Amino acid sequence: MAAVNVLRCSFSFMGRLVCALQYRFCSRGRFIRSEYILNKPSLKINQQRRFLRNTPVAAGPILQFKLSDIGEGITEVTVKEWYVKEGDTVSQFDSICEVQSDKASVTITSRYDGVVSKLYYNVDDTAIVGKPLVDIETEAVKVGALEEDVLEAPAVSHDEHTHQEIKGQKTMATPAVRRLAMENNIKLSEVVGTGRDGRILKEDILNFLSKQTGAILPLSPTPEIVPPPPQARTAPPQPKDKTLPVPKPAVTKPVFTGKDRTEPLKGFHKAMIKTMSAALKIPHFGYCDEIDLTQLAELREELKSMAESRGVRLSYMPFFIKAASLGLLHYPILNASLDNSCQNITYKASHNIGLAMDTQQGLIVPNVKNVQMLSIFDIAAELNRLQTLGATGQLGTSELTGGTFTISNIGSIGGTYSKPVILLPEVAIGALGKIQALPRFNAKGEVVKAHIMNVSWSADHRIIDGATMSRFSNLWKSYLENPASMLMDLK
Amino acid sequence: MLIRRAFDICVKKQHVFKSVVSSPHSTLSPLNLEGGGGAILKSLSTNVYENLAVEDWIHDNIDLQGKNILFLWRNSSAVVIGRHQNPWQECNLKLMREHGIQLARRRSGGGTVYHDMGNINMTFFTNKKKYDRMKNLNMITKSLNKLRPQMDVRPTERLDLLLNGHFKVSGTAAKLGRTNAYHHCTLLCNSDRALLSSVLKSPCQGLKSNATPSVPSPVKNLLEEDPTLDCGIIMDSIVTEYTKQYGLDHHIILIEPKDEATLPGISKMTQDLQTWEWVFGKTPKFSVSTSFKLGYKLSSAMVTLNIAVKNGTIDSCNIKLPQHWLPSEMCEHLASHLIGNKFCPSETTRLTSALLRTCPQSEELHHKWNILCENVASVM
Repeated sequence: MAAVNVLRCSFSFMGRLVCALQYRFCSRGRFIRSEYILNKPSLKINQQRRFLRNTPVAAGPILQFKLSDIGEGITEVTVKEWYVKEGDTVSQFDSICEVQSDKASVTITSRYDGVVSKLYYNVDDTAIVGKPLVDIETEAVKVGALEEDVLEAPAVSHDEHTHQEIKGQKTMATPAVRRLAMENNIKLSEVVGTGRDGRILKEDILNFLSKQTGAILPLSPTPEIVPPPPQARTAPPQPKDKTLPVPKPAVTKPVFTGKDRTEPLKGFHKAMIKTMSAALKIPHFGYCDEIDLTQLAELREELKSMAESRGVRLSYMPFFIKAASLGLLHYPILNASLDNSCQNITYKASHNIGLAMDTQQGLIVPNVKNVQMLSIFDIAAELNRLQTLGATGQLGTSELTGGTFTISNIGSIGGTYSKPVILLPEVAIGALGKIQALPRFNAKGEVVKAHIMNVSWSADHRIIDGATMSRFSNLWKSYLENPASMLMDLK
Repeated sequence: MLIRRAFDICVKKQHVFKSVVSSPHSTLSPLNLEGGGGAILKSLSTNVYENLAVEDWIHDNIDLQGKNILFLWRNSSAVVIGRHQNPWQECNLKLMREHGIQLARRRSGGGTVYHDMGNINMTFFTNKKKYDRMKNLNMITKSLNKLRPQMDVRPTERLDLLLNGHFKVSGTAAKLGRTNAYHHCTLLCNSDRALLSSVLKSPCQGLKSNATPSVPSPVKNLLEEDPTLDCGIIMDSIVTEYTKQYGLDHHIILIEPKDEATLPGISKMTQDLQTWEWVFGKTPKFSVSTSFKLGYKLSSAMVTLNIAVKNGTIDSCNIKLPQHWLPSEMCEHLASHLIGNKFCPSETTRLTSALLRTCPQSEELHHKWNILCENVASVM
């Protein structure tokens, strides 16, 4: 990094400054005070290193981060969770781990930028206050810094530095932040620091950059912005020219560093793979139709208040389900099951009609048992109960198994026609599209507003033929288009 | 990022913020603690997640140098576990689901508590340098003594408050960050004790874990000792003592945790606290070893179950069942599919119902499978 700690002052002044800074920090009485073992190399060597460094960071000294006093006379804590592992890169103030002592949970944050080279404890180990907690390998550049906050050195010219002093402000920034600023040709004095005591943070540099270029830059530590490699600087640190150089707007192009994420399929998804693959072995055929629900809509409006007075919310589904059950009485083959060897067909006596529900966890298909014995009100009450259980994650095996026929109300989310997949071991399924207000011709040839819903059936063509499906669908449709006819056949 | 974008530079010179979410105050913010020695805040919400989020927000966003903040809050029925605890070990999750009692995991350490509107929560925010839990508890007991001198409430070494030297009326927990710290505690004024004890009893057998265990204690409500008290009177008394101690105005700032303008970033914090990954996923790894008897018609069998759970998901699963009762392939099938699934009854039930679709079609097998799966799910 070309920005240099220009020591126009003598080393002793520097020493005094360091002490002053340390005093300032000590007086804040920070609870986690880190002590570190550090070698003080000569500053001259530092300068030379900086000039030559155009390559990625060379390994710097390993700083041992000791677990400092937590207060209240506590001597040991339990390590509860590590947020980093060996080899991870950390920035200053990143959380490193969580320790616990006597009902207090303490977040230990990093003091340095660097790479974690060693964790001294495992989870659930007891960590001793004053003993090393982690080792962090820092960058070579940092070596000259005894204090945690380094005084910024002027980027290029002598005047710059004077300018800064005149402002009376010492700009504080960590070496990583200074490097970022340097690589993007930003003068730290022009950046507003939002950190404590006006410290300039990485985010401030990025904000400044985005204002310059109008680009939206990622602010999170990873992914990092990849700036163009700094040009080789062979010029000495002496001022190139006396005039203040105008900062060039950073030409950094935002680089998309999003990564693909692969994770193994687990649990329910694995089960779905199995179920759906088996289901697709069934030769499906589809049959679709359009239902005019105008009369049903009126009926429902009338009955809604009555149901509510009994504490039940009435939707269209109880009607659809009951009509399906009435239809199944005439076409029981749709309520059957084929065994795995395809040798036998079992006609199920109960109409356990499943309703595909979309919950927070995803698709779930509880069923209403024995619809053939239930009234529309009973079905509505049962649906309410299932919906409540579904919402609170309390659906049990009895609710989720034993279905014989399924209806999916995908239209409640959207869509018109669909191609549903049969849920084994059933042989038929229906998917309802959304109810739309559309113009239709009535018996007199007039155009009227009608409430139209589409239905898409799928059936197992090994045992069900198109004619059966069609007749079932027509019967179901007639019950719904003319609800009074349901009364005739209600059991 | 959006938060930082939305702000203009209205950073007042004294307001310097540290840490990850360095967001300056909005001038609309009532949390304008400029120059003051502190503040007293009271939440308008009874949602446990929103209130916990306010704690996090204050901890992350306010510079507590030279300031003392007291935050008072109450929640509708909820169980709150400590940062490193195991909810399966600490409470009766099934009972909670049935009663609609929420489960939250806080960021501070300590044990499990039951909150309802009869419980007062107090959070004392200070700079880490000034972190002193006993001081806060002494302040509370002082205020209670002034209110009712004959009532015997004293802090213990474990930082509990005991009534009459025997009944616990308050538990403590704390969180320390880089520069800030907070100490919060409960105060049982008029809680539903019956529900409290039933909900904090876990039915889980055979659970082995290194999670922080709770230490059960007999509890009592302050109102049972003195029926003339109520939450309002007690809160007032504490506020008065606090203002006296820190030389503040007796002025309570009401906080609306849903207000993103006043507390920028709070809705995300509230959301984070409600995710399954936080509430359950942060459980330290544990294992469950149990066995139960299954019966179907005239036959029965002993099942042994061994499940290892990491981050709330099943890491390994072993189900041992006599071959005659259920084919071992079906057991292995179930066990292998459970791996990677959340340790959660509804997820397990969903999985097992889906798996049943591709099993051989026999009523007896189906029933036995269902019985087995119900028992496995009941462990969760």
